[in-house]
Amino acid sequence: MTAPTSSDSGRPDNPEYAAWRERYDEANLRDKPFETMSGVPVEPIYGDGPYPGEYPYTRGVYPTMYRSRLWTMRMFAGFGTAEDTNARFKDILRNGGTGLSTAFDMPTLMGRDSDSPWALGEVGHCGVAVDTLADMRDLFADIDLSAVSTSMTINGPAAVILAMYIAVAEENGVTPDQLAGTIQADIFKEYQAQKEYIYPPRPSVRIITDMIRYTTAEMPRWHPLSISGYHIREAGSTAAQELAFTLANGFAYVEAATAAGVDVDEFAGRLSFFFNSHSDFFEEIGKFRAARRIWARWMKERYGAKAERSMLCRFHTQTAGVSLTAQQPEINIARVAIQALAGALGGTQSLHTDSYDEALALPTEKAARIALRTQQIVAHETGAADVIDPLGGAPYVEWMTDEMERQAEAIFAHLDDIGNGSILEGVYAGIDNGYFVGEIADAAYRFEREVNAGHRIIVGVNDFTDGDDGEQHILRIGPEAEEYQRKRLADVKQARDDAAVAASLAAVTTAAEDPEANLMPPIIEAVKTYATLEEVVMAMEKVFGTYVEKAVL
Amino acid sequence: MSQDGQIRIILAKLGLDGHDRGIKVVARILRDAGMEVIYLGLRQTTDSIIAAAEQEDADAIGLSMHNASHMTLAPAMVKAVAEAELDTPVIVGGIIPDEDLQPLRDAGVAVVLGPGASAEEVAQAVRDAVASV
Repeated sequence: MTAPTSSDSGRPDNPEYAAWRERYDEANLRDKPFETMSGVPVEPIYGDGPYPGEYPYTRGVYPTMYRSRLWTMRMFAGFGTAEDTNARFKDILRNGGTGLSTAFDMPTLMGRDSDSPWALGEVGHCGVAVDTLADMRDLFADIDLSAVSTSMTINGPAAVILAMYIAVAEENGVTPDQLAGTIQADIFKEYQAQKEYIYPPRPSVRIITDMIRYTTAEMPRWHPLSISGYHIREAGSTAAQELAFTLANGFAYVEAATAAGVDVDEFAGRLSFFFNSHSDFFEEIGKFRAARRIWARWMKERYGAKAERSMLCRFHTQTAGVSLTAQQPEINIARVAIQALAGALGGTQSLHTDSYDEALALPTEKAARIALRTQQIVAHETGAADVIDPLGGAPYVEWMTDEMERQAEAIFAHLDDIGNGSILEGVYAGIDNGYFVGEIADAAYRFEREVNAGHRIIVGVNDFTDGDDGEQHILRIGPEAEEYQRKRLADVKQARDDAAVAASLAAVTTAAEDPEANLMPPIIEAVKTYATLEEVVMAMEKVFGTYVEKAVL
Repeated sequence: MSQDGQIRIILAKLGLDGHDRGIKVVARILRDAGMEVIYLGLRQTTDSIIAAAEQEDADAIGLSMHNASHMTLAPAMVKAVAEAELDTPVIVGGIIPDEDLQPLRDAGVAVVLGPGASAEEVAQAVRDAVASV
């Protein structure tokens, strides 16, 4: 970086700025005055390049960032039965939302049906239960799937859920190429942190590459993978580990997909990321900035991407659920506000703000509304969205960005080493030898010891503890959802053609046995016969086996 | 308890819940407090936990629950312990709302530890539960 030179107007005086300015001036901007509350006009950006929208994108992935469009305020919802969640979805759409984000319940996330013994006490608790195509139909009833973008947070059984979504759309005359949305499908972080895996890593990656191949060919508006550091951080990692493990997982998927014969520029532009925004403000901002720079450089230099879109690290951010305290829960509103501001200053493309009561249960409606209002305050009242990368050029922020990058590169070097020159093999090796879970558990324990020793203050937990009135208003999901869902599943099983189900499941197993076959078409056919989620999962499990984590401390 | 008085505790994740940050931290806290910790890992059943408790002659069973399934699964564990004719106390930690504390105790859970319990409180609660048997 050269020393910034600015004219009196605050506009840098250099050819890079002029080139960026040309792109900026051509873009459509939000219809509002860009000036401070006191009426002082502000420039779109201050300081040096590389400017936003230009490689390596440290200052932002687009030339205009929030001056054209604010981040998407995408709030995650899902509970009870498909009908309950459908009502919530329609409410979101009526209130002007265009994006739906679906949370599934624990049995669904694990590929189990609501009548499984494993599902006892879990149905509809952490999200919506989906057993068959009938539930998926209820979930999206009376919603025009060609007009919304749907995000589905599911990993192990992602292919089956995507197949159900495709099948429901088809019933309504919507073809796969019209569908827009994202399915998380990031299996690596399941072994590393969230632990919602089904099969061992290699067959799981085969399913994901099949989904990438299928969506690349048939669903140009679909994002087949959301590479997620969020859960890694929640499980206890440091910011740098979150950054490094997530991007390494991204490199690993790129290696897997290109090895399966897909050209990097055909799919990399549809990859997106998902990060955590925790409370250490400047560390988080440095992390977000470093993520863009690292991804761009690796995609260009190591993986030979040519298309600009392949190099853009576009990400969703969620505030840190793990930072929320059960003690004095209202003060979580302040934590969320600070974390949301870090996400905005870090240049996120979309944001979910947690509700203050989430340390205890799913959010109540009031708490969820306060959370949304919090990011609306950041967007509309603080001025943070008026200037692109407003902290860029600050010595501490630039140093932190470099430091995050340096720590991440050290981790990539380790993975490259244990993978003998392949990040994909390095990630497999790190899963197998307990590297990821060990590093995360060590970091989590270090943090707890610091809190326990009083070296690190968590307000309301180990200091400033007065004022906890102990009042808790929490959302409870009653047993009715579980009873209803079991009965519904029994009815669907009663009404279906068992021979057709058996034949379609056999076809899934056959495809699983053939590494050249793509699993998506037979899975789509199977769900159309009302084969259940668990039955399809088991049809593959026959070939792929299950993954059991070694219990390491 | 072993002859030297060392407490031997089984820690496990019962059911589908995969949140294991808390239980791993608790395992290290209890080890640091001088106990022998046998961590069974994820996706355990009441049967697998009972089998381990019998085989290891455990002094206590500790469960960590973060999925709002504690009102179903914790009493099921207590019942399984009784059916196996063991007197091993069942200790539950995790995301447990205050209003569930008494019902869980009524169901026979020996100790319930909520968010924010310090390392000393966790270790002492285990010692007390074992001593009360």
